[in-house]
Amino acid sequence: MKYGWLILGMALVTYLPRLIPLVYISKKSVSEFWKRFLDCIPYTALGALIIPGVYQAIPEKPWVAIVGIGAAAIIAWFREGLIWPVLVSIGVVYFLLI
Amino acid sequence: MNRESKSGAMEGFKAGLPVFVGYFPVAVAFGILAKTIGLSAGDSLSFSVMVFAGASQFMALNLIKTGVAFGGIIFTTFLLNLRHLLMSASLAAKIKGQNRRWLPLVAFGVTDETFAVAATYPKSIGVLFLLALEGTAYLGWVSGTLCGYLAGGVLPGSLRESMGIGLYALFVAILVPGLKKSGFIAALALGSGLIHMLLNWIKLWPGSWNLAAAIIVSSLLGAWLIPSRREESA
Repeated sequence: MKYGWLILGMALVTYLPRLIPLVYISKKSVSEFWKRFLDCIPYTALGALIIPGVYQAIPEKPWVAIVGIGAAAIIAWFREGLIWPVLVSIGVVYFLLI
Repeated sequence: MNRESKSGAMEGFKAGLPVFVGYFPVAVAFGILAKTIGLSAGDSLSFSVMVFAGASQFMALNLIKTGVAFGGIIFTTFLLNLRHLLMSASLAAKIKGQNRRWLPLVAFGVTDETFAVAATYPKSIGVLFLLALEGTAYLGWVSGTLCGYLAGGVLPGSLRESMGIGLYALFVAILVPGLKKSGFIAALALGSGLIHMLLNWIKLWPGSWNLAAAIIVSSLLGAWLIPSRREESA
């Protein structure tokens, strides 16, 4: 285990930020403003995770990534569920890369 | 009570399947890359078993390759993971029920993807739902790492390259029902992405802060500017 200490350190600094708010914050402990703030986070997090990262998802061929994501978005628009958008986007990108 | 918790676990498992499908190929890529830069099987698997954080793990491999000291890698991981403070806080405000002693275990499985699925889930969620969702995702991540390390070499290059898109497709598919429902949600997501781009461009501080900073700034704006529209949006 050449990287044992590194892995342990990374595990710690990954776990603590996930743990502390979950244990110390509850529905009643936050004011109306911060409740609104927390309610925004799912959508702002998704936005910042997608943009601009998706543009570099396929290095050197960003347009392929955009087409793959477009396919996923269209499927998600017309039917519920997350599996098909994921599988189809991988398939579309694979098809465009071969 | 018992029947209720069983159905919660089943729903969590179902909600976790798309994350499994998204994680598996990305973890395969992680296993391949770890082997390529010379990590042992034990080290590679330990990364996924103990850290369970995709972006940080890939970043760590990159920094190992370029010879950065362990302390520097751990610090960068910390900066990169500050976003999970926000996600865990947001999730904490949504969890129903009294099973609080399981929260330390739930915390281990809070990732971008499990959080996004849980936070946008249309029904109320409890600890069992979360544990089943996260456990399914974790299984995909760990088993994918193992498969990638052991057998990844046999995959054609273009298939490996195309797998990176899966998680972005997952994010987009999670977001779309919200976009259909409300323009406010669309504005939140788009605004946050634009702020993220802006922060990357002006380089005020280390780049690994930008994701968390974009989430904070745009959520503050959302909470502050449009309080009266909250009912129809969130």
